[in-house]
Amino acid sequence: MNNLNVSVQTEDFDAACLQRELLSASNKEGAVVTFTGYVRSENAGQCISGLLLEHYSGMTERSILHILNQAAERWPIAAASVVHRVGLLGVGDQIVWVGVSSAHREAAFSACEFVMDYLKNEAPFWKKESTAKGDRWVEARATDEERARRWTGQTGN
Amino acid sequence: MLKVLFFASVKEELDCSALEIPWDQSIDSLDRLQARLIRDGGPSWRVALERKNMIRAVNHDMVTDNSPLKDGDEVAFFPPVTGG
Repeated sequence: MNNLNVSVQTEDFDAACLQRELLSASNKEGAVVTFTGYVRSENAGQCISGLLLEHYSGMTERSILHILNQAAERWPIAAASVVHRVGLLGVGDQIVWVGVSSAHREAAFSACEFVMDYLKNEAPFWKKESTAKGDRWVEARATDEERARRWTGQTGN
Repeated sequence: MLKVLFFASVKEELDCSALEIPWDQSIDSLDRLQARLIRDGGPSWRVALERKNMIRAVNHDMVTDNSPLKDGDEVAFFPPVTGG
């Protein structure tokens, strides 16, 4: 599928602009579902003053594209994009954007959630938080793995 | 030659982000490569590379078991991912 795009970048992004880019000139898409992730001010009971996002260049882009292709195989989506930032981020900054367009809402809702769930478990990014007590690597959460696992064996619609 | 990469907390523990190892038959699998790295690196490398939940990738694909390696492969060691 051609309408699948991945960008890993240090620069911020304009979500409204990205959403417009998901729509084709044919106007056949009746639905767009998007997700934006932000840097929170607290995690695991501690105040966060910033975040460093590291990634494995090359593998990251490839693994996200693989996830988008899986989504395109499961649901009749028109287009899908992921933008993920790396480098130093501040509290309140945008981290990630996922957008999916389709003729009807069901495919767009499901595919967008699927992409985020898989991205959290498979795309090689690592977050390091800055706190008053020093910097610490964020631990992977078992609940993220469970969320991704619930898609296995389930058919799309 | 094998290119070996380390990321995030693994990279910090080893104080090493990348290595290039001349190819030979004695490192023709992921487990054998890991044993070589530990042999050459010593106890601190054993602790870092044998950590629970270590993820290993060969040529940008995560692998769950031992995997054959060939000359020119890129291998990576990293902790569970935390993006998104």
